[in-house]
Amino acid sequence: MSRTIPARRGHPVAAPSPQRKNSLSLRLKRISRAWQLYVLLAPAIIYILVFKYWPMYGVQIAFKNYNPADGFTDSPWVGLTHFIRFVNSYQFGQVVGNTLWIAVLGLLIAFPIPIILALLVNQLQSERFKKFTQTVLYSPAFISTVVVVGIMFVVLSPRSGLVNNAIQLGGGEPIFFMGSAEWFRPIYVISDVWQNAGFSMIVYLAALAAVDPALHDAAKVDGASKLQRIRHIDLPGIMPVVTILFILAIGNLLNVGFEKALLMQTPLNLSTSEIIQTYVYHAGLQQAQFSYSAAIGLFNSLLNLALLLVFNTIARRANQATLW
Amino acid sequence: MSVTTNPRTIENPKRTVNQARPKQSLKDKYGDRAFNIAATTVLLLSILAVVYPLYFIVIASISDPNAVYEGKVWLFPSGITTEGYERIFADSRIWNGLGNTVIYTVLGTAISVSTILFGAYALSRKDMPGRKILMLLFVITMFFDGGLITKYLVVRDLGMLDTVWAVVLPGAVGVWNLIIARSFFEHTIPNELREAAQMDGATDFKFFFQMVLPLSKPLIMLMIMVHVVAQWNSFFDALIFLNDDSKYPLQLVLRNILIQSDVSSTGTTGGDIESYAAAQRIAELTKYAMIVVSSLPLMIALPFMQKHFTKGAMIGAVK
Repeated sequence: MSRTIPARRGHPVAAPSPQRKNSLSLRLKRISRAWQLYVLLAPAIIYILVFKYWPMYGVQIAFKNYNPADGFTDSPWVGLTHFIRFVNSYQFGQVVGNTLWIAVLGLLIAFPIPIILALLVNQLQSERFKKFTQTVLYSPAFISTVVVVGIMFVVLSPRSGLVNNAIQLGGGEPIFFMGSAEWFRPIYVISDVWQNAGFSMIVYLAALAAVDPALHDAAKVDGASKLQRIRHIDLPGIMPVVTILFILAIGNLLNVGFEKALLMQTPLNLSTSEIIQTYVYHAGLQQAQFSYSAAIGLFNSLLNLALLLVFNTIARRANQATLW
Repeated sequence: MSVTTNPRTIENPKRTVNQARPKQSLKDKYGDRAFNIAATTVLLLSILAVVYPLYFIVIASISDPNAVYEGKVWLFPSGITTEGYERIFADSRIWNGLGNTVIYTVLGTAISVSTILFGAYALSRKDMPGRKILMLLFVITMFFDGGLITKYLVVRDLGMLDTVWAVVLPGAVGVWNLIIARSFFEHTIPNELREAAQMDGATDFKFFFQMVLPLSKPLIMLMIMVHVVAQWNSFFDALIFLNDDSKYPLQLVLRNILIQSDVSSTGTTGGDIESYAAAQRIAELTKYAMIVVSSLPLMIALPFMQKHFTKGAMIGAVK
């Protein structure tokens, strides 16, 4: 761009020919002058090469019959065999269905709640109460997933748990929450909101803090109510952040909460709690079917990537903020 | 503040316009009050929903297990006992796990934070040749992942299984954190400063260590805390890469006891059903105490960390 504009105006930029001749040696010079920057970057580069790109290279075992003796490269090719086996396996529908269920529930319920909370907290008059609410709501984010699931096991325990004690007090029958397939999804989503909503709220609060207060004042002068101001000033103000986080959430849709799902699994709730990622873990690491489960993992990654691309394109069409 | 006072003085002559529709603004005022009440109620209920389970666990951990079992513990502990805590502190697995976690946390945080700071600074320099391509190399990894199995095989091929490195290295550099750090450097380190330093003969290293790092304290604090919390709470890498339970971090020990209900060392091998039930109740008590003990360090540190995390969210939101 900058090169064409002066040319069109008839101010040719300093003759390019001598520069071009030197460009290679000039570039080498610039690179060698920046060697210290490359040294600083080296650990990070080595890290992603080893722990990100090497596994990507290793993904070829999804199309091979991996055996440890031959390694990534020399194991025999088998084409799409493992993918076909997965798609035809009796678990395919269940595992993919469970994954989508959890992902969609998370998106529909767990994604909007932090936004609503942030809008409400932002309206609070007292700075102190505002801060207190923030701190309390996000404190569960610092509790580890292991402990959160541990809390679920003790609080929801059928014989001595808090919740079942309350149910019995109200004359109900105790429910074995962690051991029933139909309760897995609600518990999963509720605990997710309990643990993470407060923390996600902070980003939206930061975005709300950046909304120009003059807009609110002007609206107040015009007699806008609080609800109207939320709808017409706050919400549009944080929309770019919402869109970006939404796209990122979509891009990670099928990876979310894998660790928690694994921890929450009991033999009794497997029919709803087995998701693609836990299935990969069981088939791959516990039964050592490396190629088969790598194929399933790749299936998952590609599905994710496709979702991300689709939603980023939609966001771009809608003229919203996009990732790139 | 100046923004609010200014229009008010200007608006003064316009006041008649507002007075022309007092009815509507009165209605809105009621609406606003109703909104305030509703908002405060919702938030108070959310606070209660977050706090009560935690509070219950604390009081249950010091209550007589029989009272908890019978559902008599609601607001206050009853029949106070410290047996749960005594059992935890007598359990060598907990101490061992705690020791491992401290090592993993310190080492992991040091590696992650320094790698991220160094790398992010280099990537923030607009005059670094190849910056865009290198950045792309990082961003790609955010969207495509080799998957669990291949990562496991790489770690195995590197001979890292059952070593500290398997816990500390595979997740060391989060690209998201790298981007946050990079945009922090881009926004806070003025180019002129670097040019001035270069005039005075400072090399990139010298400038980075003597000028950039001291100017980046909020970022460094944020990065340290993010990684301390993450490393302290992580269990999954340990679960897949470690077989030797003497190397287990605390979270994995907790998982085995809290979730897998592996209470072997709490002595449930008593004879009759009666004593078995009693042992079960004490095992439950131990779980409550364990939840308290394992969450306490971070909960105590929370007020000190809050400032930095809020700031961090701002840095992140800028991006």
